Amino acid sequence: MSEPILKIRNIESFYGPIMAIRGVSLDVHEGRVVSILGANGAGKTTLMKTISGVMDPEKGTITFDGNDIQGSEPHKVVQQGIVHVPEGREVFPLLTIDENLSLGAYTSSDKGQIEHDRELVFNYFPILKERRNQEAGTLSGGQQQMLAIGRGLMANPRIMLLDEPSLGLSPLLVQEIFTILKRLNEEQNMTMMLVEQNASAALNLAHDGYVMEVGRIVMDGTAEQLMASEDIQNFYLGVQEEGERENRRWKRKKTWR
Amino acid sequence: MDNLQLLISGLANGCVYGLIALGFVLIYKATEAVNFAQGDFMMLGAFITIGLTNTEYMGLPFWLALPISLGLMAVLGYLLDRFLIRKMFGESQTSVVILTIALGFVIRFAAGLIWGHEPQTLQNPLAGKEIALGGLVLGMEDVAVIVVTVLLTWALYVFFSKTKMGLAMQGASQNQLAAYYMGVPVKQVQGLVWALGGVVACVAGILFAAKGSVDPSTGLIGIKAFAAAVIGGFGSLPGALAGGLIVGVIEPFASRYIAAGYSQIAPYALLLAVLIFRPHGLFSQVRSKKV
Repeated sequence: MSEPILKIRNIESFYGPIMAIRGVSLDVHEGRVVSILGANGAGKTTLMKTISGVMDPEKGTITFDGNDIQGSEPHKVVQQGIVHVPEGREVFPLLTIDENLSLGAYTSSDKGQIEHDRELVFNYFPILKERRNQEAGTLSGGQQQMLAIGRGLMANPRIMLLDEPSLGLSPLLVQEIFTILKRLNEEQNMTMMLVEQNASAALNLAHDGYVMEVGRIVMDGTAEQLMASEDIQNFYLGVQEEGERENRRWKRKKTWR
Repeated sequence: MDNLQLLISGLANGCVYGLIALGFVLIYKATEAVNFAQGDFMMLGAFITIGLTNTEYMGLPFWLALPISLGLMAVLGYLLDRFLIRKMFGESQTSVVILTIALGFVIRFAAGLIWGHEPQTLQNPLAGKEIALGGLVLGMEDVAVIVVTVLLTWALYVFFSKTKMGLAMQGASQNQLAAYYMGVPVKQVQGLVWALGGVVACVAGILFAAKGSVDPSTGLIGIKAFAAAVIGGFGSLPGALAGGLIVGVIEPFASRYIAAGYSQIAPYALLLAVLIFRPHGLFSQVRSKKV
């Protein structure tokens, strides 16, 4: 396969004295969707923040399209073409949808491109066009998530970092949003790195996957390989094996322990 | 007629309070620091303009002195943020508050050393002129204060809603982290907000010194402007302006209809009432985050 567009090698990040990421390496290839699975506190969000420059790593390298970007200021990272759609939406509540989208295009000064991107966003999320003059704080959770993704698209990114787009949404909305993400990947060839706790939704969308636990990558493979793995089925997809009631009283050991 | 006259002069005072309050809120919203030196910024802006244009100092033409002092105050605001406030990043809010209070003292004494402690008036082309409007006699300065405030408010409104930088300032104040994610260089934007705070304070100072007189302790009306900002709802720009106007109008009416001393008490009595009955202020923009 060709050289990955995003290449992470031995990243270590700290919250004060606490080591949140303990040497993570991973690759994202252009046009692929890479999903990172893991429970709360596994370091998924920290990894995203380290890539987007909101946190600086102590060690390791992050290479994007041949340039080292570890420790760069966040706005430099966005200019390179990496956009971070944060966990919990984080829209600008008192600005209108249109203004939120304009801020998404902050790093771009090409008016034509910005309007083109705005139409693209409205094409994928028609509800946003309907409510373009409404304050973002008045939107529902699902609409805010759509706005957060749309705002990310406005930066005309080469890769999107999506942090838990399913957080707090109903199963129906999760399906709707993941369908749109899939279309974005297929129609716009958008590269994505997706952090999720909703493993089945994530693995259905993703081509490749990594599993993170307490700051380390413990497993990787294509989405099919991960879905077929017994560990993933048991611990992330919640598949129950019939007729093993007695055994299930004991906590099964994961193979990587 | 009397009441109308009181109202106009009250509004003119209120405009100055409102502009100082606007400075408080601008900086608070964008940086979450309260700049208690805002009143002293105003006083400094007034003295810089006096120093440039009054005949006993440099004697520059008024219209030349104006842009120079506005520019100087903008640079001062930016540099303060760059070399003082930004160094406090990560310290507690209280430390920043105390720093700005100390800064106010420094500015007050520096102004006293340079320009003396006597009250001084800004020599300006409008001084002493009056206009009569059907039996109503208005000081030209009062009218100018109101007109300038309206114009500045309009300019700020256009800046915040129509320009990219204005939008970025709003974004950075509503959700700093998201602004980072969108590629807004938040620290630089905050520096520019401080510069804007300096400019607004300077306009307030020029208006104040043109219609009355300033001395180095004039900056203490910043406390009253702070009360005005809280009355209007700290965090809302229109609220700050409205709070200033309310305080300005209440003062002359209180001294006319209650007793002279009450003009100083009335704003704070109102502040207490607002804090008890509407703790977010009269025009607050509070919206809880959806989960």
